[in-house]
Amino acid sequence: MPIVSLTNVSKAYPSRNPGDGEIVAVDDVTLEIEKGDVFGIIGYSGAGKSTLVRLINALEPATAGSILVDGVDITSLKESELRRIRGGIGMIFQQFNLFSSRSVKANIAYPLTLAGWKRAEIEARVTELLSFVGLSDKAKAYPEQLSGGQKQRVGIARALATGPAILLADEATSALDPQTTHEVLDLLKRVNKEQGVTIVVITHEMDVIQTIATKVAVMERGRVIEQGDVFDVFSAPQNPASQRFVGTVVKGIPSPAELAVLRERHQGRIVTFSFRDGDSSQAQVFLDLANAGLDFELVFGGINDIRGRAFGHLTLAIRGDGVAIDRALAGIGERVEVTEIAGEEAR
Amino acid sequence: MDRLIELGPEFWQAALETLYMTSFALVLGGVLGLVIGIILYVTRPGGLVQNAFVSTIANLAVNFFRPIPFVIFMAVAQPFARAVVGVGIGTTAGAFIIGLAAAFAIGRIVEQHLVSVSPGVIEAARSMGAGPWRILFTVAIPESLGPLILGYTFIVVALIDMTAMAGLIGGGGLGAFAQIYGFRQFEPVVMWAAIVLIVVFVHFVQLLGTKLARRIMRR
Repeated sequence: MPIVSLTNVSKAYPSRNPGDGEIVAVDDVTLEIEKGDVFGIIGYSGAGKSTLVRLINALEPATAGSILVDGVDITSLKESELRRIRGGIGMIFQQFNLFSSRSVKANIAYPLTLAGWKRAEIEARVTELLSFVGLSDKAKAYPEQLSGGQKQRVGIARALATGPAILLADEATSALDPQTTHEVLDLLKRVNKEQGVTIVVITHEMDVIQTIATKVAVMERGRVIEQGDVFDVFSAPQNPASQRFVGTVVKGIPSPAELAVLRERHQGRIVTFSFRDGDSSQAQVFLDLANAGLDFELVFGGINDIRGRAFGHLTLAIRGDGVAIDRALAGIGERVEVTEIAGEEAR
Repeated sequence: MDRLIELGPEFWQAALETLYMTSFALVLGGVLGLVIGIILYVTRPGGLVQNAFVSTIANLAVNFFRPIPFVIFMAVAQPFARAVVGVGIGTTAGAFIIGLAAAFAIGRIVEQHLVSVSPGVIEAARSMGAGPWRILFTVAIPESLGPLILGYTFIVVALIDMTAMAGLIGGGGLGAFAQIYGFRQFEPVVMWAAIVLIVVFVHFVQLLGTKLARRIMRR
């Protein structure tokens, strides 16, 4: 059974101008998050992903559809019951949202006090969490004395304090520099691996999805336009918006503009070979080209790794006899995807 | 100068009256104002327990009473003072009316500082399962405590200003003292003595408030 399951969920707000009708932030979304997943939701700002994640812990009520969290339909619960559900779902934020009036220790203790823990238990739990996030020496510090990465680690410790089964991360790394982003993502990976916490990651950065997620949903204008295994979506995105996102981290088949530049710089026919996990190896492709007596150079592309599975697109400029090239490509084409965009051949 | 020495007992009596009126009004207005400010904050649209009806009534009340000039407010509130503290004139009546008038201003100040607490921090508390009243008392108020203290300090200065007018209904105080014995009797030294003492009061209160706020905000 999935730990979170959304069925035909929508969220509409009344418009500010009464005549304009409603603003639909989340539009008929259906998705399932399995226990232990790191589920990424990616989209541009305004795509509805932040609203979607707030439906899961009922910070926003859905206007249609059903939302099951651990088998309980939260759309029918009263506010007091929702508070209890929220206590079992951790959340971290882009701006960290630490209590500036409380020390690091008191920030982490806050949800425990809410949950009615005893003082001694709180003390022990806070110590344990501080050591888990590597901030044991900062217990007495105040948020303004911490760096961005440290603040987010406190945020994570606070969100995990009561031992929730689910952690919602709303653009948790968007305010951090690349180095710190990776430290925080590594920590989230550990949270997922060592504590078995299911994580929902909201982001507009494909790099974050590539680093941490196992599943991904792409959102556009309130709808989920594509979802699946991260490897599948990255190696073969179906939707134009997904392709744009994938394109930010994966050098795919060159665009017309890129192709024009390549044609200017390199002689020969520009051909892209797309590799996916399990396909024929690159070595075999190069060997086939060499055996056909062809001269070639790598001009564009790269190979990516997603949790041990490789894929990528390599674009070569191939020179030699036209017939020999055609024959070699036909042979290779039986094993890997070959794309050659017709165009004027450079001299 | 001789005149001031002669008036010594009256001078110190007036100083005590100012202190008394200011602290009485601060306690009364401070508590009432805090309640009004909290009501304004929690019931506003998008607030912790938003309630359009209560919000409208509270705003109307504040907007109705706050602009009344204090000099007139004293006359208007006299029957009410008589009903609550037993007398309509004198130091206690003056202090009561000052507290009442200040409550509306304090209410707005409290509301403003509470509103400026980051919505993200409030949301974080909600995401942990905290209810609205708990969020108010354990998040919103502590998060805005430093600025709130500065706001209250600002109000104390305004209260001292109002005590000077309380002389009109027999409230006494340094303001009345400066008027009666200084200004009207052409005794600038007497007048200035009262002014200097008021300035010392204000300065002391401001110093205390700033120090306290600094300590809470750690900067």
